[in-house]
Amino acid sequence: MKKEEGIFKILSQKPWEASQAVIDNDHDGKTFGISKAKLGVRTIMTVSTVIFSLFIVAYADRMLIHDWRSMPEPWLLWVNTAVLIMNSYFFHNVKISADQNNSKEIKRGLYTVGLLAYSFLIGQIIVWYQLLSLGYFAASNVANAFFYLFTALHGLHLLGGLYFWGRVTSKFLKGNYKLPSVQHAIELCAIYWHFLLFVWLVLFGLMLFT
Amino acid sequence: MSDEFEHKIETKADTIADAGSVTSGSTAGIDYVPAHERPDQELYHSHSWWTTYVFSQDAKYIGIQYALTAIGTGLIGLVLSWMMRLQLAFPGLGILEPSSYYQFITMHGMIMVIYLLTALFLGGFGNLLIPLMCGARDMAFPYVNMISYWAFLLAVIILLASFFVPGGPTGAGWTLYPPQAITSGTPGSSAGIVLMLISLCVFVAGFTMGGLNYIITMLQSRARGMTLMRLPLTCWGIFTATVLALLAFPALLVGCIMMTLDSLLGTSFFMPAMISMGEHLSYDGGSPLLFQHLFWFFGHPEVYIIALPAFGIISDLISVHARKNIFGYRMMVWAIVGIGALSFFVWAHHMYVSGMTPWFGYFFATTTLIIAVPTAIKVYNWVLTLWRGNIQLTLPMLFSLAFIVTFVNGGLTGIFLGNVTVDVPLSDTYFVVAHFHMVMGIAPILVVFGAIYHWFPLITGRMLNEGMGRIHFWITFLGSYAIYFPMHYQGFVGVPRRYFEIYDSPYIATSTLHLNVFITIAALIVGAAQLVFLFNLIYSARAGEKSEKNPWKANSLEWLTPEMPPGHGNFGKELPVVYRWAYDFNVPGADKDYIPQTVPPSEVRSAKVEKT
Repeated sequence: MKKEEGIFKILSQKPWEASQAVIDNDHDGKTFGISKAKLGVRTIMTVSTVIFSLFIVAYADRMLIHDWRSMPEPWLLWVNTAVLIMNSYFFHNVKISADQNNSKEIKRGLYTVGLLAYSFLIGQIIVWYQLLSLGYFAASNVANAFFYLFTALHGLHLLGGLYFWGRVTSKFLKGNYKLPSVQHAIELCAIYWHFLLFVWLVLFGLMLFT
Repeated sequence: MSDEFEHKIETKADTIADAGSVTSGSTAGIDYVPAHERPDQELYHSHSWWTTYVFSQDAKYIGIQYALTAIGTGLIGLVLSWMMRLQLAFPGLGILEPSSYYQFITMHGMIMVIYLLTALFLGGFGNLLIPLMCGARDMAFPYVNMISYWAFLLAVIILLASFFVPGGPTGAGWTLYPPQAITSGTPGSSAGIVLMLISLCVFVAGFTMGGLNYIITMLQSRARGMTLMRLPLTCWGIFTATVLALLAFPALLVGCIMMTLDSLLGTSFFMPAMISMGEHLSYDGGSPLLFQHLFWFFGHPEVYIIALPAFGIISDLISVHARKNIFGYRMMVWAIVGIGALSFFVWAHHMYVSGMTPWFGYFFATTTLIIAVPTAIKVYNWVLTLWRGNIQLTLPMLFSLAFIVTFVNGGLTGIFLGNVTVDVPLSDTYFVVAHFHMVMGIAPILVVFGAIYHWFPLITGRMLNEGMGRIHFWITFLGSYAIYFPMHYQGFVGVPRRYFEIYDSPYIATSTLHLNVFITIAALIVGAAQLVFLFNLIYSARAGEKSEKNPWKANSLEWLTPEMPPGHGNFGKELPVVYRWAYDFNVPGADKDYIPQTVPPSEVRSAKVEKT
């Protein structure tokens, strides 16, 4: 089977026929021409997308009920959003310097993205603190509850990403690595970071406009 | 972790190597296959007893760990059902309080559906069979796979811990509907329900890690020559079920997280304004119906998460033990994929009586009847596989035949219940209990038994005892009909389900009270017959008759390992090369009645497969 075969083409093969067998014997046992890790990251992103979509559906459904009172968006959220955008941008840069094997740039870039990600998380916690001190408790209105839920889940996803960022960084700093493996790991982390930026923009936009 | 991660990122190099030598497709001889382009998977090699048997990263051991944990939990579910049956048959004895009856119902349902069947089919059989059937050395990410099992075990422990907290486990029913699940008056409405919800969240997280492994292993690390359409149907069933699970479990997770917050923080996601014991609760405006939608958006695919692996396994058992290729292999694959896709569009047929708009019910009745079509195709194909087959009445075959009958039975009552007008009066009666126990209790369990009798030699190198197996089969098969057939009747005459005691009332026919005693005695006997099975497992694993290699003369790769049971890395030095699909039984012109998948064409020159 060739990589570009579509699902319907695959499903209409007749594996018992001699003519098909000749083609099939040539098959190398891989369905997609990407690494297992990349497929894994894509799968995880799909599952996360489903989770966040269902939360958004729940949000939209719950919004229609009379007791809904929208919540203000503190200006700090805009700063955090900007930090996250920069974070994604710098991760893209790290990926480029990794592809060029520019180890000085990789090192600096990895530090920068880590710093930005942690400052985003700290910023989010400050926003929580501000809102709580203004009396916006999760129990007082469900719109508040959704805000805390969304930010917490997004933050947890980012922490998960930071775990893998930590692994790549420590591996890189120890110097005992194979270049393709580090390149690949950085690429996957970058993809995941862009995904989390996208999720945040959708969630933030949703809360902003409702 | 380090080894696994190492391996994970190693693969970048492989892809580059792959891209370099894409098509080297000259066919010199009839057996010719191009040389292996990608390096073999680097395996984690354990060095101590602990990392070999306990914190194992070998999918075979993880599969057995999953299976044993699931079966152990399932036995608790079985005992719970005995207690409930005793209470129903002999209410005078006062065996259960009303509250414990509800707690037992809830735990029985949740344990059987999720912690037994889902974990056993996907975690147990998935881990054991996927790498072996695909011709891989192990799962794609063995370390993550190990974590998946320990998360499952943690979920089980949290679940069982709820028996020991103040108030006991939740008694909200396995559907956990709010608001009653977290309102005082429902058993276990404080600690019990929270532990249940946390346990489910841990289960989902653990399952996602396992599921990642199952699909990526099946997609990316098959043996040479193993196209998707050459995979045995077991793999197709588990694959599609895993995809369903990865897309459906998030709905359960979302519902569980929001209900946990409702319970602990007092948010109002699902909780409407309520008066409880004369006091206004602090909740306002929540939507219980939203939870029902989320729950059943998970809950219906869940039925197929259990059923699809069962369909796949049964197809293989029937084909091997009837010595005939599976009738309509492509149609079987299409049906599995089609059922999987359709299963996301039928969820609200569980909610006809929930108060949602009736137009919705009409839509879901239609989709429910549509999904019966691919399901019926599968049943026809199993029967047609048996037609003129060389049927061997071995234990796996007996269980397969029993499965077909039971599944048709439960499926037909499902078609009744799929229609709104029939469902509304029957929905709260024993008819529903009979229906879902037939179709997703007994039927999948029969597959589990068939599969265990079939693959036991692969795990232990010994056969299960035939005599004990036959006793087990006949008592289980006939006994489950003795239990569930009368329940259909009870449902028709209007006996309500969920009641912990059927009172002597003029509205309940006396015959149903006698039937209750009959059903309970049958349930006790069937349950006790499982002890024979357990004894057989333990006895045969130690002292059973030694099995020859490939005892059933099957074609698929799991039987073609150099040693049986397969060792670390599954396939010895060289990975197998696949030349045919898994169903070459009784090919005209071949010497033997089966041609294993690794036999090259040159060894069976006279065999001619009919052109279709």
